[in-house]
Amino acid sequence: MKDIQIKKSAEVYDIVIIGSGAGGGMAGYVLAHAGIKVLMLEAGPFFDPAKDSAQLKWPYESPRRGGNATRPMGDFDAAYGGWDIDGEPYTQKGDTDFKWFRAKMLGGRTNHWARISLRMGPKDFKCYSSFGAGDDWPITYDDIKPYYDKVDRLIGVYGSMEGMENDPDGIFLPAPKPRLNELFVKKAATGLGIKVIAGRGSVLTAPLPGNKDRGACFFCGQCNRSCKIYGDFSASSCLVIPAIKTGNLTVITNAVVREILTGSDGLANGVSYINKNDMQEYSVKAKTVILAAGTCESARILLNSKSPQHPNGLANNSSVVGKYLHDSTQTGGAAIMPQLLNRKRFNEDGVGSLHLYAPWWGDHKKLDFARGYHLEIFGGMMMPSYGGYFGFEGTLVPYINGYLPGADGKMKPGGGFGKSLKEDYRRFYGTMAGVGCHGTDIAKEDNYCEIDNSVVDKYGIPVLRFNYKWGDEEIKQARHMQQTTQEIIKAMGGIPLGQPVGADKNYGLDKPGKGIHEVGTVRMGDKAGKSALNKWCQAHDCKNLFVVDGAAFTQQSEKNPTWTILALSMRTAEYILDQKRKLNV
Amino acid sequence: MNRRESLKAIGLSVSTVVLLDACKTNPDVKTEDSKIVAEPGRQTYEAERDKHLLTEKYFTDHELATIMVLADIIIPRDEHSGSASDAKVADFIEFIVKDEPEHALPMRGGLRWLDVKCLNLYGSEFKSCTPQQQEAICSLIAYPMLAKPDMLPGVTFFNKMRELTAIGFFTSKIGIADLGYNGNSPGKWEGVPADVLKQYGLEGV
Repeated sequence: MKDIQIKKSAEVYDIVIIGSGAGGGMAGYVLAHAGIKVLMLEAGPFFDPAKDSAQLKWPYESPRRGGNATRPMGDFDAAYGGWDIDGEPYTQKGDTDFKWFRAKMLGGRTNHWARISLRMGPKDFKCYSSFGAGDDWPITYDDIKPYYDKVDRLIGVYGSMEGMENDPDGIFLPAPKPRLNELFVKKAATGLGIKVIAGRGSVLTAPLPGNKDRGACFFCGQCNRSCKIYGDFSASSCLVIPAIKTGNLTVITNAVVREILTGSDGLANGVSYINKNDMQEYSVKAKTVILAAGTCESARILLNSKSPQHPNGLANNSSVVGKYLHDSTQTGGAAIMPQLLNRKRFNEDGVGSLHLYAPWWGDHKKLDFARGYHLEIFGGMMMPSYGGYFGFEGTLVPYINGYLPGADGKMKPGGGFGKSLKEDYRRFYGTMAGVGCHGTDIAKEDNYCEIDNSVVDKYGIPVLRFNYKWGDEEIKQARHMQQTTQEIIKAMGGIPLGQPVGADKNYGLDKPGKGIHEVGTVRMGDKAGKSALNKWCQAHDCKNLFVVDGAAFTQQSEKNPTWTILALSMRTAEYILDQKRKLNV
Repeated sequence: MNRRESLKAIGLSVSTVVLLDACKTNPDVKTEDSKIVAEPGRQTYEAERDKHLLTEKYFTDHELATIMVLADIIIPRDEHSGSASDAKVADFIEFIVKDEPEHALPMRGGLRWLDVKCLNLYGSEFKSCTPQQQEAICSLIAYPMLAKPDMLPGVTFFNKMRELTAIGFFTSKIGIADLGYNGNSPGKWEGVPADVLKQYGLEGV
């Protein structure tokens, strides 16, 4: 017997969905509930938060105390994968240093995220017309609003009604109250003329009307571990698992897609994949293919799906696939607040999403950059732990205890050891607060991922190579972010935990990819020559192929992309149902 | 969803054996030293890696004994809580230098630097010095802004040692109780208590 075979399944599925994250999960949910027989291929293992979440574990239950050695966001974080995955490399062009976060598992990257759930606004969909930068989408806010509304009702999101034009309100559950440190930030920012409002997050701060499968939040603040009672949004708990229950959705896990197969008519007719469990090659047949492997992986699959009908890769007659890759800009700052030394102890876990948020407040006509950013405010008495983005906040104590009088009112040299240092750890606990700044990156043709044909991964699939450079627009925005952060820290009387950096370091702008908001590689547009998808996320060159993840974005905004991915995917799934009824696909 | 439903839901074109493998619930498997090697929500390679690191030994007995003495100098027992060794900080440090190997060499070299410095100053390795001598040498390396240039290797080492000790201690049961962290339990978050808001004048914010 030969060791490797291609096993072809004779069954023809109505729809095959590649990927089980926000985009794939939503499409699967809508289609399975409509009675369509759907097959979903997921590159990683099954994951059910009810069973697999590390919620409520203590740091000492991890030998690394929550450290980042195997999971970049800490040992208890739900995401399998990370910036680098053994056997699945990616390469860089020139001095590019793009970071690609992958979560290979059911639910994809909805497992670890902060559940920040923002709608894009009317101006964001018309970025060029409104701000003179980027491109306009082929759809308007009014086109997508009914789907945002349905997503709010289906999944649940908290927030406050504000009536702001470009930060549209949703159908909100009650917003959680802020933590003490966050109130200090709010007071300082408000004094600088920045409007601070309640965060918007997909956490059930109250029971979700009409849903008996999900429990309401019990305020442990650990959404990134995923929730055992489904109190927050993960694509697994809220979309894929309910879709499986309809009996119409079949999920094959550990299925790494090699390419989308097409026939002599140029239409998609199936998908080939490797099963990680037996390392055999499989192919399945499909009448319609929905791609949602994640922005960069989706581009990779299309570019690797070459055929006589699609010699440039699938859906790529325009040659835009892989191009216009853009991630959020991000930087931020944190401070220790002396007024909070020896603060009173109480349970301040709150929710694991955002308590306070400042939508973009600037006017581009008065600034030297066109698009904006928002502030995410944080701080409080966090569970002492070594993992996550911040590590253990106590590690700062020996570096700052020399700047403030000790418990006895006297100054002493920074550092130390013994009872006095131990007392300092206690005094400084819970005194940190800060802001994260997350902004718009203008999509550029020159920022792209492409196939690096000289390198293959362990499955023999050619890998992605990245080319990415921040533009003037993003760097000027970062300078503004840094100024804002410093002003807020000064206004709240904080001791900043970092020094400002200059133009040589892009004013602290993080590496591209680190925002994990990358979108745009299979952009939608009205013109087939300049875009890969039409306004229904349907490939211009292949009418039974749809792309429903962040790849479809024409131009992101400073709002985090998940809620828009969900709304777009729902809209596309309903369009597919409509087209199936009309026998068009 | 129960196990049977998951099984039903997964894979039609996959053989039954593969199918069973794919969605095994991975009951906790105990090894001879009763460490868990597989558990829900963890990938096999993570469990295997942990098991391997827990059986491997990096520090010599002498180094570990020195770490314990140092850790207790950094975080001693006081009227609130126990010491670093009560919280088994040395076990954490032994694990973390294998888990994050960038700490391993600086720790080993730093410990040696300290022993040689003590031999030259006091005629004895660090752990066998008197408590007064131990405190005296620590004072020379524990205050970065005051340290003399020739003490810099010691300062660098002490910074790392202090950091790992604090992490090990304050993420232990004893350390978490000492800090007064009050969460990680189901409850209802209703905002900052009124008396605290009043204390900071934040009632209207």
